[in-house]
Amino acid sequence: MTERIDVAIIGSGPAGISAALELRKLGVRRVVILERERDAGGVPRHCAHPPYGFWEFGRIMTGPAYARRLVALAEQADVDIRTLNTVVNLLPGGILDIATPNGRAQLCPRRVLIATGVRETPRSARLISGERPLGILNTGALQAYIHLHGMLPFQRPVIVGTELVALSAVADCRSHGVRPVAMFEKNSRATARWPLNLFPRLLGIPVRYNSEVVAIKGTPRVTSVLVRGPEGEGLQEVSCDGVLLTGGFVPEASLIRGSHLVLDPASQGPAIDQFGRCSDPSYFAAGNVLRPVETAGWCFREGRRIARYVVDDLAGALPTGQGEGEIVCGDGVKFVVPQRLAQAVGKAGAEHLEIRVPCAIKGKLRVLADARVIFEKAISALPERRILIPLRVVAAQRGVRRFVVEIKP
Amino acid sequence: MTEEFSALRGPYDIAVIGGGVVGCAVARRFTLAGARVVLIEKAADILAGASKGNSAILHTGFDAPAGSIELRCMKAGYAEFLEIRERFGLPLVKTSAIVAAWNEDELAKLDEIVAQAHVNGVANVSRIAGGEVLARAPHLSGAVLGGVWVPGEYIIDPWSTPLAYIHQALANGAEILRETELLSGEFDGEHWMLSTSRGKLQASTVVNCAGLFGDVVDQRLIGATHFSIKPRKGQFVVFDKAAAKFLNTIILPVPTERTKGIVLTPTVFGNVLVGPTAEEQDDRSVATVEHDALEQLIAKAHAIVPALAGVPVTAIYAGLRPATEHKEYQIRYDVEKNLIVAGGIRSTGLTGALGIAQYVEELYETRHAGRQKRQDPVWPVVPMLAEQGARDWTRPGYDQIVCHCELVTKREIEAALSGPLPAGDIGGLKRRTRAGMGRCQGFYCNAQLAEMTRGHFAAPLEVTVRHD
Repeated sequence: MTERIDVAIIGSGPAGISAALELRKLGVRRVVILERERDAGGVPRHCAHPPYGFWEFGRIMTGPAYARRLVALAEQADVDIRTLNTVVNLLPGGILDIATPNGRAQLCPRRVLIATGVRETPRSARLISGERPLGILNTGALQAYIHLHGMLPFQRPVIVGTELVALSAVADCRSHGVRPVAMFEKNSRATARWPLNLFPRLLGIPVRYNSEVVAIKGTPRVTSVLVRGPEGEGLQEVSCDGVLLTGGFVPEASLIRGSHLVLDPASQGPAIDQFGRCSDPSYFAAGNVLRPVETAGWCFREGRRIARYVVDDLAGALPTGQGEGEIVCGDGVKFVVPQRLAQAVGKAGAEHLEIRVPCAIKGKLRVLADARVIFEKAISALPERRILIPLRVVAAQRGVRRFVVEIKP
Repeated sequence: MTEEFSALRGPYDIAVIGGGVVGCAVARRFTLAGARVVLIEKAADILAGASKGNSAILHTGFDAPAGSIELRCMKAGYAEFLEIRERFGLPLVKTSAIVAAWNEDELAKLDEIVAQAHVNGVANVSRIAGGEVLARAPHLSGAVLGGVWVPGEYIIDPWSTPLAYIHQALANGAEILRETELLSGEFDGEHWMLSTSRGKLQASTVVNCAGLFGDVVDQRLIGATHFSIKPRKGQFVVFDKAAAKFLNTIILPVPTERTKGIVLTPTVFGNVLVGPTAEEQDDRSVATVEHDALEQLIAKAHAIVPALAGVPVTAIYAGLRPATEHKEYQIRYDVEKNLIVAGGIRSTGLTGALGIAQYVEELYETRHAGRQKRQDPVWPVVPMLAEQGARDWTRPGYDQIVCHCELVTKREIEAALSGPLPAGDIGGLKRRTRAGMGRCQGFYCNAQLAEMTRGHFAAPLEVTVRHD
């Protein structure tokens, strides 16, 4: 309890490390990163593909090289990176319960930054029917098999989903002798942008749209899946020895769910204001724990930006939570971040409201301030794509209690 | 492990067929009674059949058929569990249960349920009004009309419990043979010569605890059976630990003729569980989960505790109960053949197991009185996996937390892969440690588990790629 720490950062991925670097650069003395894995660096440690680092370091790197670079910079900057430190509880006022191999501890830093990232939705939460054999994995686990342990979980998997991460999985499979049988996408088009969505086809992997894996068969290992194809095609059985479930990212917000902090059911991350501040002002959050899912570069910049607000806050220069307005999602909008607007004097905070849509939609994107339209723009949006609204749209409004962001077809 | 026996094994006093919760309890009972015991199990690990998927409730027997063997075994099992569980380090959470009535028809049945409980000797069961239901379970839907309060219904660890029983049997001299399937048997008037998939073994008495294959084992031994297994599938949904704050008591439905219905219950692991469904099927091995049924269970859970609507699903599973054409347990002693069958233990086996073992031993004692009990038996302690217990991660020296969602340490996993009964497959490892059973379902730890279990399982997590 007596250890003096200015800022404790939970998670050593791009957002956590860039925040630590920025805090050190701005003169914060005691910055600690708590990382539960044996090695720091976060998800990029096992994403062996480029492009990482272009924005941060001006060159294109693989994920592991990028992670090593981040960690090296943090070490040079005298950031105290404590691996194998698991935060087990977030307590009011920024007190952290920690488990370490040397015993339990409690830390009481002046501020906490939560940067715990995202993970993919597993089979269970997707409610996919069938047996429960070996060989059903998310991409994160596949990458760990290949890049951290030199092993393979299957040889002929089917791949579910066409987010960017699925293409990364295809690249990993192909360079390690794994031959995906097919890719299935439940929507009528790929989620990843053109021309990346052509990549699997170039490798000879059939991509089936409007197709959903509805059941898994096999014991003890996957032997086939049942796929429901486009209307009228019925069910088809596809032989395979694994099912790779890609994407469907959700914030790794278990600590927040188990704590006193307010969780936004829409983003499934912590509810924050434009300064990245959680409902308990001792806690800030940055990176993909805020929302699924952004690039490493985006998280890096976000970590850096929110670190500046933490510095402001330590200096007593952030507005208090008095007179806050809430920002909620209306029809056609999956989530909006930040979820609260503090009445700010002289401090701008985030540049944008980030929103996402649940499905492909065309219409008018609108922001309502206490039911009055203050922003309107024609939009054609796809799921999992970044959509931004300038924060000044809402920040310019005074005394508004409730903003609604919606898309009207 | 799967090689053939080098010679005839035995002779044993008792051969227990089947390593489910009942087989484990029976093997323990006879071992402590001084018998030489072998348990054979066809799967790679124990608890691979009916015992792997249940609702983990320690039942009082308040709603069991009056005068039944089932009730007798449940009550005896319940009492013995409470008596011995601390010596094994087994968790118990005193949740109590409420039978909740959601309409007038159900409300009308509550008095009957209370009366039945009192006939069954569970005297502290009482009728409570809707307001009191909500006082005891504040997050329950306000639509509840009334209930029956059953203070003695508790939750336990469904896997460490039978593991403790078999560990005590093994520590006191019993043997276990896994991946060993009973094929046939010959009784010569004194001894059974059992043929298994790995060779022959000799035993005086056979106790058939084969669960979903109870009738098949009877057929293989004596060419006849007095019951036939009609597998009944039960699907379950496990909610994230965030759900625990919304439910601290077991919510039981008013039962119908056919089934006890869908239960919403906290688990000792800190989750909330909803299930089971009740679906007849022919297959005795494969229990599939079905999307639509899972959605219905989730909707049911949301209707009972509306706050669960904001809580994600952690896990889904399905189990098979060895139902028969009879409601009653099928426990018989064929004295001419030295064969005891404990069959048709359909859904109360976790509670009833210790009582079933007592009952089976009593049957046996009618012909084999006066054996010397084992003096000062060893009481092995099993790992504490309950959320409220002293988990391994709270003690220094664990090296690393491997499964972050369930806070499972490397030390715990290594322990589960060694010792007298190492995990035989990934399911066995999960049941012993909870590794990979949390909300990410292996996103973070599956690859490390693959590496740690390399060489341990007949069905490994990794594959070897042929470069062709």
